[in-house]
Amino acid sequence: MTIATIDGKVVLEAVNKAVEEHGATIDELIPILNDVNRTLGYLPANALDEISRRLRVPKSQLFSVSSFYRMFSTKPRGKHVVQFCESAPCHVVGGRQVWASLLDHLKIGPGETSPDGNWTLITTSCLGVCGVGPVIIIDDDIYGNVAPDQIAEILARYSETGE
Amino acid sequence: MKYYRSHVLVCVDPDCLRKGAHEALDAFQDELVAQGLIDEVQVLETSRIGACSQGPEMMVYPEGVHYAGYTVDDIPFIVEEHFLKGRVAKKFELAAEKAIDEELSAPTPKEVRVVLRNCGRIDPENIEDYIAEDGYMGLAKALTEMTPEQVIDEVLASGLRGRGGAGFPTAKKWQFCRASAGTEKYVICNADEGDPGAFMNRRVLEGDPHAVIEGMIIAAYAIGASQGYIYCRAEYPIAVQTLNIAIEQARAMGFLGQNILGTDFSFDLEVRMGAGAFVCGEETALMASIEGKRGEPRPRPPFPAVSGLWAKPSNVNNVETYANVPQIITNGAAWYAGFGTEKSKGTKTFALAGDVKHTGLIEVPFGLSLREVVFDVGGGIKDDKGFKAIQTGGPMGGCLPEAYLDLPVDYESLTAAGSMMGSGGLVVMDDETCMVDIARFFMEFTQEESCGKCTPCRVGTKRILEILDRICGGEGREGDIEMLETLCEQIKQDSLCGLGQGAPTPVVSTLKHFREEYEIHIREKRCPAKVCKALIRYEILPDVCTGCTVCARNCPTGAITGERRQAHVIDVDTCVRCGICMQVCNFNAIVIR
Repeated sequence: MTIATIDGKVVLEAVNKAVEEHGATIDELIPILNDVNRTLGYLPANALDEISRRLRVPKSQLFSVSSFYRMFSTKPRGKHVVQFCESAPCHVVGGRQVWASLLDHLKIGPGETSPDGNWTLITTSCLGVCGVGPVIIIDDDIYGNVAPDQIAEILARYSETGE
Repeated sequence: MKYYRSHVLVCVDPDCLRKGAHEALDAFQDELVAQGLIDEVQVLETSRIGACSQGPEMMVYPEGVHYAGYTVDDIPFIVEEHFLKGRVAKKFELAAEKAIDEELSAPTPKEVRVVLRNCGRIDPENIEDYIAEDGYMGLAKALTEMTPEQVIDEVLASGLRGRGGAGFPTAKKWQFCRASAGTEKYVICNADEGDPGAFMNRRVLEGDPHAVIEGMIIAAYAIGASQGYIYCRAEYPIAVQTLNIAIEQARAMGFLGQNILGTDFSFDLEVRMGAGAFVCGEETALMASIEGKRGEPRPRPPFPAVSGLWAKPSNVNNVETYANVPQIITNGAAWYAGFGTEKSKGTKTFALAGDVKHTGLIEVPFGLSLREVVFDVGGGIKDDKGFKAIQTGGPMGGCLPEAYLDLPVDYESLTAAGSMMGSGGLVVMDDETCMVDIARFFMEFTQEESCGKCTPCRVGTKRILEILDRICGGEGREGDIEMLETLCEQIKQDSLCGLGQGAPTPVVSTLKHFREEYEIHIREKRCPAKVCKALIRYEILPDVCTGCTVCARNCPTGAITGERRQAHVIDVDTCVRCGICMQVCNFNAIVIR
C-alpha cells in the first residue's frame, strides 16, 4: 500500500510542533499522531517517516497504529469533512433518511472523497449528543435535529463561502 | 463564610452575553442594594443553564426558579416579587419544559441526583464552585482522618459497584490493587464512553470534572498510586478541555501534585485522548492505547490489578464510579447504601434516548422499574404510540419487550432477563420499530468495531451480519434462525473480551422475545413494522390522492406516473423505496404495504 506524500516543509513543521508539545516517547505516539492528523488533515507517508525517526519506533508499528484508529486517515481528505453519526439513537429517529440524503447530494460513498476534492464523507461513532439526533458534523460545526430536506441547504453553506 | 438566603445565577454564555447578561447582572446588583437585600441575595455568573434562546437566562436557588425573556427594565419587578414578596414572578418564569437544556432537565420526582448533582448548576471551569458544594471535603477527610484501609472499608460498606457496566465491587478491585506487589501503581479512569446513545459520562466530565478528579485522588490514596490517567475518547473534545482546566486548577490549589493538603501523599493526573476505537473502552485495550499501541485487548488474567499499564498494578474504574466516591467518603457509606436495592446500592445515571417523550440524562436509585423509568421519568412514548421494546446496556445489551416493564433496574435483574446494565444507555423503541432491523443494526456496529484480534468475534460477527442482511433483504431461509443461535452461542463462549462475548446479545434477546418477527420475515417475506425496504412497497390510495403531482415531481427514479388531478400510481419495479413521496405528500395518500 502506498501513502501519499505532501510538501516536506509543511510536514516537518507539523511533526516538530507535535513532538515538541508531547515529547519524543512511544507513549506519546497517539497524541502526536492526533495533532499531526489534525494539522495536515491526514497522515502522509513522509509524516510517518519523520515520526518514526524522531520517536525511534519502527514504521511497521506506526502504520499498524495509524490504520487501527478511526480518526487517523492515511488518505488525503476533502476540503470539508462531513461526519455522519451512525449510532442507534440517531438511527431510530430518522438517521437513515438523512444518510440517504447525504449520499444523494454528495454523490460519494462512505469513506470517499469527491473528485473535485471538496467533500469527504465519513461515518462516526456516537458523538454523545443523542438528545438532538440525527446529528451530522461538517468540519467543526455540529448540526442536530437534522431532517433529510435540510441537507441541501446545510451543504450549500460550505460551497457558497468557498471556505 | 457569609451566608445568603438566595443565590441568583446569571448565564454568561456568549448567547446570553449578546443579549445583555452583564447589564442584567449590574441592574440586579443595583436593585438589590436599593431594596436593602444585598446581604441576603448573592448574584453570580454561571455557564449555560438553558437553551439561551431567551437570554439572559437566570436561575434562582434554592427554589430552582428559571427566569428568562426579561429586559433590564423588568429587573426591579422581579426583585420585588421574588425577593421582597417571596413569590415567583410568573411572567418571566420559564416553564420547566422550555427551561431544560436538551440533555439534562430538572429532576423528576422519582430521580435522585448524586453523580449529576452539580451538572448544570456550577461552573465547571471554576474550582471554587465545586468547593462551595462541599467539593474536596471527601479528599480532606480521607487524607487526614482515615487510613487507606479505612477508605477501602468505607467504599466496601457503601456497596458501590463498577458503573462501567460489569458491576464488580469497586472496593474489592482497590483491595486487589493495594495488595499487589510493587511501589509503582496507576489509577486509570475509563472515560472512553463509546456506547451509542450513552453520554452520561460526557456530561459529568463537562459539568462536574472535579468530582471525577477527587474520586481518583481518593482511589490513588487507597491503593498507593502516585500517577493517574484519564483516558477520554476523542469524540469528546470539550470534555478533554474541561478536564485539563480542572486538573490545572486542582494542581494550583494543592489537591494534585506533591504533598497533597500538606500530607506526605503525592499524586498527579494526566488526560489521554483516544483516537476513535470503540474497543478501547475494554480495560486492557485502553491500557495498550495509553502505551501508544493498537488498542487491542489481551486475555485476563493477569488482571490489571496485578499487571496493568506498563505491566504495573493498575486500577481501572469508570467515570461514574469515581464520581460517586467523594460523596461516599463525605456522607458516609450508610447514607449511600440507603439508596437502591439489596445488591445494587446507590444510584445510576442513564441516557434515555429513542422514541421517548423526554430524552436526556436521568439518575435514578437502583430498583426502580423499567416502567417507571420509561413512563414516569421519560414521560412515555413519543407521539403516544405503543411501547415495543427497551434496549439496555448498549450494543452488547439486549432488547426487552413489554412483559419485562416491571423488572427492577439492577445488575442482577437485567442480566437474568437476558440483557445487561452496561454503562447506562437506554434506547426506547415504539411499535413501528423492526426488531430484526435493530438486531442487524447493532451487529453492523459490533462487526465494524471488532478489533480483529480473535477469530470468533472477527469472523463470527461477520457471518451473523450476513444472515441478518439476507433476512432483512427478503432472502431469509429455513434454518437461518437455528444457525444464528449456534453462532451466537459460540461467539459468546469463545471470544477474548467483552466486546465479542457481548456481541451476540442483541440477536439472542430479539430471538428470544421477538422470534415471530424473524419467522414472518423468513417465511412470509414480510416486515410487520414496515421498515425493511426489500419487504415493503409504497402505494397511493386512489380515493385520497388529489393528483397534485408533488410526489411525481419529487420521485428520484420517476416511478410515479399520473395525470394532473388524477390519482397517481407507483411502479413497484422502478421504486427504490426511499420514502420521499410519503414525506412530501400533503394528503397522507401514500401508504406502506
